[in-house]
Amino acid sequence: MLGKTAGGLFWMFRYLERAENTARMIDAGLRISLTRSSAAESEWTAILSSTGVKSAYEAVHGAPDGPKIIDFLLRDPRNPGSVMAGIETARTNARVVRTALTREVWEAVNECYMVLKKLLAEPIADRDLPRVLQVIRQRSAFVRGASHGSMVRNDIYNFCRIGTFFERADNTARILDQKYYILLPSVRLVGSASDNVQWDTILRATSTTRAYQTLHEGESDPRAIAQFLILDRRLPRSLAFCYGKIGENLGYIEKEYDTRQTSHALADSLCNKFKAHDMNAIFDYGLHEFISDFLRDSASLGRQIEIDYRFSE
Amino acid sequence: MAKQPTYFDEMTGFGADPRAPYEAYCNWFKSEDNARLLAKSEEAEALFRLIGVTFNVYGDPDATERLIPFDLVPRIIAAREWARVAKGIEQRVRALNAFLHDIYHRQEIVRAGRLPAEMIARNDAFLPQMIGVTPPGDIYTHIVGTDLVRTGDDEFYVLEDNARTPSGVSYMLENRETMLHMFPELFSKVKVQPVSQYPRSLRRSLSACAPDACNGRPTLAVLTPGIHNSAYYEHAFLADQMSAELVEGHDLRVIDGRVAMRTTRGYKPIDVLYRRVDDEYLDPMNFNPDSMLGVPGIMDVYRAGGITIANAPGTGIADDKAIYSYMPDIVEFYTGEKAILQNVPTHRCSDPEALKYVLDNLAELVVKEVHGSGGYGMLVGPAASKNEISAFRAKLEANPGNYIAQPTLALSTVPILTDAGLAPRHVDLRPFVLVSPDRIEITPGGLTRVALTEGSLVVNSSQGGGTKDTWVLEEE
Repeated sequence: MLGKTAGGLFWMFRYLERAENTARMIDAGLRISLTRSSAAESEWTAILSSTGVKSAYEAVHGAPDGPKIIDFLLRDPRNPGSVMAGIETARTNARVVRTALTREVWEAVNECYMVLKKLLAEPIADRDLPRVLQVIRQRSAFVRGASHGSMVRNDIYNFCRIGTFFERADNTARILDQKYYILLPSVRLVGSASDNVQWDTILRATSTTRAYQTLHEGESDPRAIAQFLILDRRLPRSLAFCYGKIGENLGYIEKEYDTRQTSHALADSLCNKFKAHDMNAIFDYGLHEFISDFLRDSASLGRQIEIDYRFSE
Repeated sequence: MAKQPTYFDEMTGFGADPRAPYEAYCNWFKSEDNARLLAKSEEAEALFRLIGVTFNVYGDPDATERLIPFDLVPRIIAAREWARVAKGIEQRVRALNAFLHDIYHRQEIVRAGRLPAEMIARNDAFLPQMIGVTPPGDIYTHIVGTDLVRTGDDEFYVLEDNARTPSGVSYMLENRETMLHMFPELFSKVKVQPVSQYPRSLRRSLSACAPDACNGRPTLAVLTPGIHNSAYYEHAFLADQMSAELVEGHDLRVIDGRVAMRTTRGYKPIDVLYRRVDDEYLDPMNFNPDSMLGVPGIMDVYRAGGITIANAPGTGIADDKAIYSYMPDIVEFYTGEKAILQNVPTHRCSDPEALKYVLDNLAELVVKEVHGSGGYGMLVGPAASKNEISAFRAKLEANPGNYIAQPTLALSTVPILTDAGLAPRHVDLRPFVLVSPDRIEITPGGLTRVALTEGSLVVNSSQGGGTKDTWVLEEE
C-alpha cells in the first residue's frame, strides 16, 4: 500500500470524526445557551477553543455570539475547521484513496458530502438546527457502519481505525483541557448548581450523558466524570479506550508487516499510562498537567506514525 | 419518426421500420411508457453522481465535478457489422505499431518516399529521445481508441487514431453496469456481448509487456496527474479494477535503476506504468523541466529497459492529424494490404493548392487544428455563421500549416430519449483496443458519444455531448 494512501485514510477518518465532534459541541453549546444564558458566553468561548478555531472566529466576528458561532462552526467557508469543511476534506481524501475503499464506504462518504452540501448551503434557522445536527451524526454513522461492514481487516482498515481513535481521543482531551478546573477535587466542596450544569456540558459535548448516568446511577460527581472520560475502558470516547484501540490497530499492522516501529513503542507507553494510573494518582500528579502531557505525547505519536509509514516524502 | 431522415439512422436506416439489430429492442420499447423511462433516466443520473462518475471542466470554478449526460437508448451493432469493423481496427493498430517502430528506427517509410521527411522532422509530437529505443515487447501503443463514424449501412470511417492516452473506457463500463442495473429484463430478451472483461484484459495485456528487469508477477501502477485532472475518476477506476496502485509523480522515485513507489513498507519497484500523464510532463529531467507531475529520470530508466511505459513516449506522432492523412499509405506499407476502414478525405492546408480549395469551400468543410483535441479550435462550416467563418479564415491564412480540412460527413444518428419521445441525434464511436506481443484484443462496442443538441455534429463531452451504452449483439 502506498504511504500516501495510508496518510489519506488516516486523515479521511480523522476529518470525519472531527466534523462529528464539532457537531456535538454545537449541540452542547446550543443546550447551554437555551438553559442558562448568563453562562453562555464563556461556554461558547470554551467550545471555540476546544475546536481550535477561536482566533479564526475572532478575526471574522470579534466577540462570542451564539448564532454567529453556530454558523461559523457549521458552514462558514472562512472557517477551515467547520463541519462542512471537515466533511469536504474527508471526501477529498477519500477521492485520493478511492482505490483502497470499498464501494460502500465511498458511496457513504460521497453521499454524506452531497447531503450536507445541500443542507448547509444556507444559514440554518434555530428551529432546524437539531434536525441538521442529527443528519450530521447519522451520516457519519453511515460511513462508520459501511467501513465496519464491508472492509477487509488489513492495513487499510487499521489506518482508518487509527485515524478515528486518534482524533476522538484528541477531542475528548481538548474538552478536558478546557474544563479541567471544574473537575478538580476542590470543586466538589463548592457543589453549586453552576458546576452541575458545567459537568453536564462536558458529558453532552462528548455525547456521553446517558452512558454516564447508566453507569453511575445519575450521581453527578466530578471525580467520577474525570475517571469516566479518561480511564473507563467501557466508554468508546474515553482516552483509555481510544488508546487501547490504537495500540491494537498498530499491533495488527506490526504483525502484518512483521516490523516493529518507533510509533509502536510510543503508543505502548501512552497505553501503559492509562493502565498504571488510577484517578488518585492523576489528581496527585495534577489533572491539567496530565492532560497537557497527553496532548503533547499524542501529537508526537501522530508525527511518528506519519514518518514510520511514509505518509509523505 | 414520420419524417424521412436525411441521415443514416442506426435504428431505422433511411426508412421508418427498425433495422434488424434493433428489432428485439424496439419490440421491448413499444410496451414501455415514456414517463417511466424518463424517471429511469433520473435514476441513472443519481447513480452516476453517487458512484462519482464525474469529470472536471478546466477553467470552470463553479462546476468542478460534472456528469456526462447518459442517454439510455442503446446504440446497437450486429455481430456481422462488428466483425468487419474489428478486423479493420486490428489492421490499423498493427500498422500504427509498425509505423512507430519504423520512424524511431530506420524510417523505411520515408526512404521509400511514401511519407515526406518533414512530416516527422518538423513534428512536435516526434520525440528525439525515443530514437533507437525499442520498448519491451516492441509495443508502442498498448491502448488505442480508434474514433469511428458511420454514414451508411456498411460505411465506417476512421475519424482519428487516439494512440497516446485514449480516455472514456470507464464510461463504456459504467454505462453497461447502469443499463444492467436498470433494465435487467431487456438483457434477457436481447443477447449482448459483454464488456466487463476489459479491466482483466488490460491487466493481462500490460503484464505481457513487462520489462526484462521484472522478477515474477509484474507490479502495475496507474500514473495520474491527480484528483483535479478531468479524467481522474477513470484513473482511479482502472487502478481499482486492475488491483494496481494509483500513483502520482510525488509517490515515485528512481532507485537503483528502477522506478519505485513509496509504500508503507518502503520503496517498491514498478514494472509496468500505465501513465495518464502527457509525454511533456513525464520527466522534468528529459522534457518540461517545470513539470511537477512526472518522475525525474524515468526516461533514463525506460531507455535502459527498467520499466514499461504504456503508452510509450512519442506515440503522439501516430495520431497527429497531419499524419492521419497518410494512414491509407501507412496501412498498406506495413501490412501489404489495402486499408479495410476508410479514411476521411483530408486536405492538408500546408499545401498551397489544398489551402486554396479549403478557403474557397469553408462553408462546406470541417477544419481542425493539427494538434487540437476535445473539439476545440475547429470550424464546422455548415453550422457556422458568416462571422465565424471569416474569423476562422483569418486564422487559417495566418498559419495554414496548423490546419487540415475534411468534408462534413453525414454522421449517422441514433435516437435519444426526450420528453416528447425518441429523437435522432448524431453519434460517433470509440472502440478500445489492447495490444500486447501475443494478441490484439478489441472490446466489442466501445464508447458511443452523442451530440445532445438537435443537428449538432460535435459529440465531445467538454462541449455538451453525452454517452450511450453500445451493444454488439451475439451472433445469431
